[in-house]
Amino acid sequence: MGYMCWSSEIAYSGGMARFAADVPTRGGFSFDLCQRNEMLLKKGNQLPTFRKTGTTIVGLVFEDGVILGADTRATEGPIVADKNCEKIHYMAPNIYCCGAGTAADTEAVTDMVSSQLQLHRYATGRESRVVTALTLLKSHLFSYQGHVSAALVLGGVDITGPHLHTVYPHGSTDTLPFATMGSGSLAAMAIFESKFREGLTRDEGIKLVSEAICSGIFNDLGSGSNVDVCVITRGQTEYLRNHQLPNPRTYVSSRGYNFLKGHTGKTGEPYIPPNPRR
Amino acid sequence: MLGSGRTSFHTRIRLIGLRAWASYPRDQHVVLGTPVCLRKGFHSSYITVPPRLDLDPKAILVLAAMDLDLSAPHSLGTTIIGVTYDGGVVLGADSRTSTGMYVANRASDKITQLTDNVYICRSGSAADSQVISDYVRYFLHQHTIQLGQPSTVKVAANLVRLLSYQNKNMLQMGIIVGGWDKYEGGQIYSVPLGGTILKQPFAIGGSGSSYLYGFFDQAWKEGMSKDEAEKLVVKAVSLAIARDGASGGVVRTVIINADGMTRNFYSGDSLPLWHEELEPHNSLLDILSSSSPEPMST
Repeated sequence: MGYMCWSSEIAYSGGMARFAADVPTRGGFSFDLCQRNEMLLKKGNQLPTFRKTGTTIVGLVFEDGVILGADTRATEGPIVADKNCEKIHYMAPNIYCCGAGTAADTEAVTDMVSSQLQLHRYATGRESRVVTALTLLKSHLFSYQGHVSAALVLGGVDITGPHLHTVYPHGSTDTLPFATMGSGSLAAMAIFESKFREGLTRDEGIKLVSEAICSGIFNDLGSGSNVDVCVITRGQTEYLRNHQLPNPRTYVSSRGYNFLKGHTGKTGEPYIPPNPRR
Repeated sequence: MLGSGRTSFHTRIRLIGLRAWASYPRDQHVVLGTPVCLRKGFHSSYITVPPRLDLDPKAILVLAAMDLDLSAPHSLGTTIIGVTYDGGVVLGADSRTSTGMYVANRASDKITQLTDNVYICRSGSAADSQVISDYVRYFLHQHTIQLGQPSTVKVAANLVRLLSYQNKNMLQMGIIVGGWDKYEGGQIYSVPLGGTILKQPFAIGGSGSSYLYGFFDQAWKEGMSKDEAEKLVVKAVSLAIARDGASGGVVRTVIINADGMTRNFYSGDSLPLWHEELEPHNSLLDILSSSSPEPMST
């Protein structure tokens, strides 16, 4: 209510610190910070960059189907924005897609194609095919001429067999028995090139994928945290979220933190609850 | 910067060059002088100056040296070849797809099918060439249904040419169309950057083709047999692979004639060795990753 806001302004207008985030009195957008941002830019501060997934994503074809793997670190420039994000996206019950590049782009494009695939399933009455997802992705990415920065590893098993494809931001695709993408792709590809062979068993395949992702996690600064694995076979998909946690959080003391009463200072000012109407 | 008063040859050229450059749409990539600098993979933004008919060739070269961004990544790419022989055509290509200095796919298939009797070799931007080949396959399929018989190679090549020419501002790819039809037999059509169409007895394209012009001048002859033609193509691609960093991997060939089409595959170690190339040794990896442990023999 306007009355509540007014009273807070009266109380604090005497040059003292105001609330850090003042809500506008009449609703709508507040452009108060634009001048401040300009001033900061002039000073040399940079705007925060797009959140990229700076990633290691891999896929391989084994004897019964396809195994996809990904790390779980999302970065915003040099900062780790999310220590446990999900990079293996659902496309169809039998098709999953790992995404590298700008996080928003990979999320949006995989969600969009996943919805299109579902509508297509309703229209045709059949299980989705991997090449359908591939064509939808590549035509969308090509029409945006590379500005949708999504590099994907698409894998799945359909009526025609197991398929693994890589999709690049400009819309080109490759079909491969094993593939890696992202900033950690070179480290992971080194593992694949030395240890991959046709006809791996499920356990061997999972082990190889985890090894490749760990190689990316430890040797690439843009990848880190945990290993996610997804095993797709005819009729069954297993999403092994956090299959390996090679970077546990360590504490100085094994008891963790203990916040005793009296450690947090009090200013003695009254608590004014936020206005529900605004 | 430009108005120094002294209208020397070079200053005058620069003025004209910059005006010319500014008046063309930025994304019209026309590389001066050299034929096709083609690559697969991500785009590089190099600023090029469109050739003008009123400037003499020497001036253009001077312009090139001053205004072109010579440090931009130049030709990243491919070696593609199409050769006619007595009774059909042989198409050949290497298998390397590179993004910058990294080999994205070392076993790619650059020879794509359009119809049962027409195949194309793709070079340049991977995305552009894949999309165009999909469109042309679709149009050719419709055309075949309407025509009631297999389409001719000329029609396929002209469809590629129309798409390539009408979208020249946005596309960066070089295509070699090859096939067999009952009217003209085996034919090769080259559709390089810009959308020209050229019917030739043999065609080469891609970054590795620079090293093959002299070789073909000497080694090509009319009326070869199928095996001779295929051997020529494999030899040529392997020579280009030896000298061009952007070509590598395996050699794939497709032979198209009245009887249909045949695909062949030549792995890297089956190719002949050229000057200063060494014999491949057994990789330690093969010994290490074999299931039963063996004593090391070397």
